Amino acid sequence: MHIPDGYLSPSTCAALYAAAAPFWMIALRKMKRVLHTRAIPLLSLAAAFSFVIMMFNLPLPGATTGHAVGVGIATIVLGPWGSMLAISTALVIQAVFFGDGGITTIGANCFNMAIVGSLVAYTVYRIIAGSAALDSRRRVVAAAMAGYAAINVSAFFAALEFGIQPALYRDTTGAPLYAPYPLHIAIPAMMIGHLTIAGLAELIVSAGVVSYLQRAEPELLRMTAGGAAKDIAEERTSGSTRPLWIALSLLMIATPLGILAAGTAWGEWSATDFANPSVRRQIAAASSNSTPPVNAPSGISALSQIWIAPMPAYASPFLKSQSLGYILSAMMGAGLILLATLLLARIFGK
Amino acid sequence: MTRSLEDWLLTNLVEFKKYASSAEDSANVHGLLQQVDPRVKIVGALALILSAVAAKNLGAILWILGLSIALAAASKLRLDRLAHWVWRPVLLFSGPIALPALFLTPGNVLAWPVSLQGLRAAAFLVLRAETTTTISILVALTTPWTRILKTLRALGVPTVFVAILSSTYRYMFLLLQTASDMSDARRSRTVWKLSAIEKRRIAGAAIGVLLSKSFQLSSEVHQAMLARGFRGEFYVLDDFRLRAADWLWLGVLSGFVAAIMYLEK
Repeated sequence: MHIPDGYLSPSTCAALYAAAAPFWMIALRKMKRVLHTRAIPLLSLAAAFSFVIMMFNLPLPGATTGHAVGVGIATIVLGPWGSMLAISTALVIQAVFFGDGGITTIGANCFNMAIVGSLVAYTVYRIIAGSAALDSRRRVVAAAMAGYAAINVSAFFAALEFGIQPALYRDTTGAPLYAPYPLHIAIPAMMIGHLTIAGLAELIVSAGVVSYLQRAEPELLRMTAGGAAKDIAEERTSGSTRPLWIALSLLMIATPLGILAAGTAWGEWSATDFANPSVRRQIAAASSNSTPPVNAPSGISALSQIWIAPMPAYASPFLKSQSLGYILSAMMGAGLILLATLLLARIFGK
Repeated sequence: MTRSLEDWLLTNLVEFKKYASSAEDSANVHGLLQQVDPRVKIVGALALILSAVAAKNLGAILWILGLSIALAAASKLRLDRLAHWVWRPVLLFSGPIALPALFLTPGNVLAWPVSLQGLRAAAFLVLRAETTTTISILVALTTPWTRILKTLRALGVPTVFVAILSSTYRYMFLLLQTASDMSDARRSRTVWKLSAIEKRRIAGAAIGVLLSKSFQLSSEVHQAMLARGFRGEFYVLDDFRLRAADWLWLGVLSGFVAAIMYLEK
C-alpha cells in the first residue's frame, strides 16, 4: 500500500500533506506533553519496531504469505497519537532511504496508513474490547478486528485517491496521467488483496501479539484499555498496599506492649522526672551510674511549658485503661500522618 | 515453494545491511553529487521529482530519467546496483499494476485490444515511478544519513521529528538483528516441520517479544540520555557552507527544470 511517486497528481499529494499536517502537529504536541523527555526514545523504538515487523512475512491460509504494517498493534500499545507518529516515521525512512513509497506521496501514505489506520484501529478496538479485563479473550478478538479494519479502511482511502485520478487528470490525447483506473476498478482491485491477504496478515499479527502480551506483559496493553486499565490500576494499588495496611493494624493493636518495657527511654525525660526518686534511679542506672541533677535543668523546665500535649505519655485523660489509651494514640497518630501525607500529595500534585 | 519466516527475515536483513553499507560507501566516493552541498542536492532532487510528477509529456519524464542516470554515472554509482535496487523492483511493482491499463483504458485502438491512451497511461505510471525513485535513491546513495537529517532540520523540519528519525534509523538495525537472532534461535531448537498455525503462533509471540524488547530498550536509552544531561532540548549543529560550485549546480539544475517546463508547453 506504499504509494510510489507518479500515482497521484501533485495537487492530490499537496491536499493529503495538508490533511496529514494537523494530525502530525497534534500528535507531536500530545506525545511531548505526555512523555516529555521519553518521547524521542519511545517513538524511535516504536517506529523501528514498525519498520521491522513489516519484514515479517507470515504464512497465511491458502498457502500464501503477507506482511503486516503493524498499525493495529502500534495503536493498541501506544494509543492512536503515538501510533500515528511511529508509523509515519517508519514510512518516511522507507521513502527517503529505501525508495519504498514516494517522496511526494509521503503525505498520502502517512494519511492512509498512519493516521486513518490508527484512528480506525483505536475506534474498533475500544468499541469491541469495551471494559473487558486486560487478559480477556475479547481483547484478542478486538485487536484482530482492529488490525483488519485499519488496514482495509486505509486501503479503501488509497483506492479512492487512485480512483479519482483518471477523472481529473488526463493528457491531450485523453490518456490518464496518473493512476489510470477509475473508482469502479480501483476499489475492488485494492480491496480484494487487502480483504484477503494483507488484512489477514494484520489480523494475525494484532491478535497474536495481544495474546502474547496478555500472558507476558499486560502492562503494555494499558494505554488503550480505558476503564479496564483504571480498575486494574486501582486493584493493583489496593492489592500492593494491602500487606502494609494489615501490618499497620497489627502494630497498632500491639502498641500496649510498650507498657511492658522497663525504665524510661534515655534522654526522653520530663521536668518532673528529676524530682521522682524512682525515675532518678532509672536515669542514673541508664547513665553509667552518674547521678542526675537535683533539679531539672532550667532549659528543660522552661521549654516543657511551651506545649502541653493533649494526650501526654500516650494516655487519654478520659480513658482509665492504659492499653486502650495506647491503641487510641496509635490510631490517632497513624491517622494524622496519613492525613498529612494526603494533604501534601494534593498540594504538590502527587 | 513459500519461503519460511526465518529465510525471509535473513534475506531481508542481508539485503538491508548490504544496501545500507553500500549507501555509506558510495556516499564517501569522490563523485559529482557527493561534492554538492546536501541542501542544494535535496532541494534540487525535490525540484526534479516535482517536475517528473507534474509532467504531462512523456518526453519530459524521459529527459529527467536520462539526467538521473547520467548523474548516477557521474557520481560513480554502479548502474547494475541501481538496476537491482531500483529499476527492477519498481518495474516488478508498477508493471503488473500498469499492464491492465493497456487494455482497460478506452481510446484509439492501436492493435486490438491495446489502445494508444492505455499505452500512454501505462508508460506514464511506470516511467514516473522509475524516474522519481531513481532520484530519491541518488540522494540516499550520495549523502550520509546524518547529513540528510541535518538538511531536513535546515529546511525547517521540526527538530523533535529529526531526532526521532535519527534514533529510528539507528535502532532499526539493532531490532532487525535481534529479530534475526531470535529466528535463528528458534530454528536451532526446531527439529520437526511446523504447521502453518504453529508458525503463525510463533510469529505472533516473536513480534510480541520484539515489542517488549523495544520498550525495554527505549527505557534504557531514555535513562542513558537523562544521565548524559538530556532535558528535552535537541540541538543540531549547522555547519553547511555554500560554495561557488554549489551555486553553479543550482543554476544548471534550475535551467534544466525551466527547460522541462518549456517542453511541457
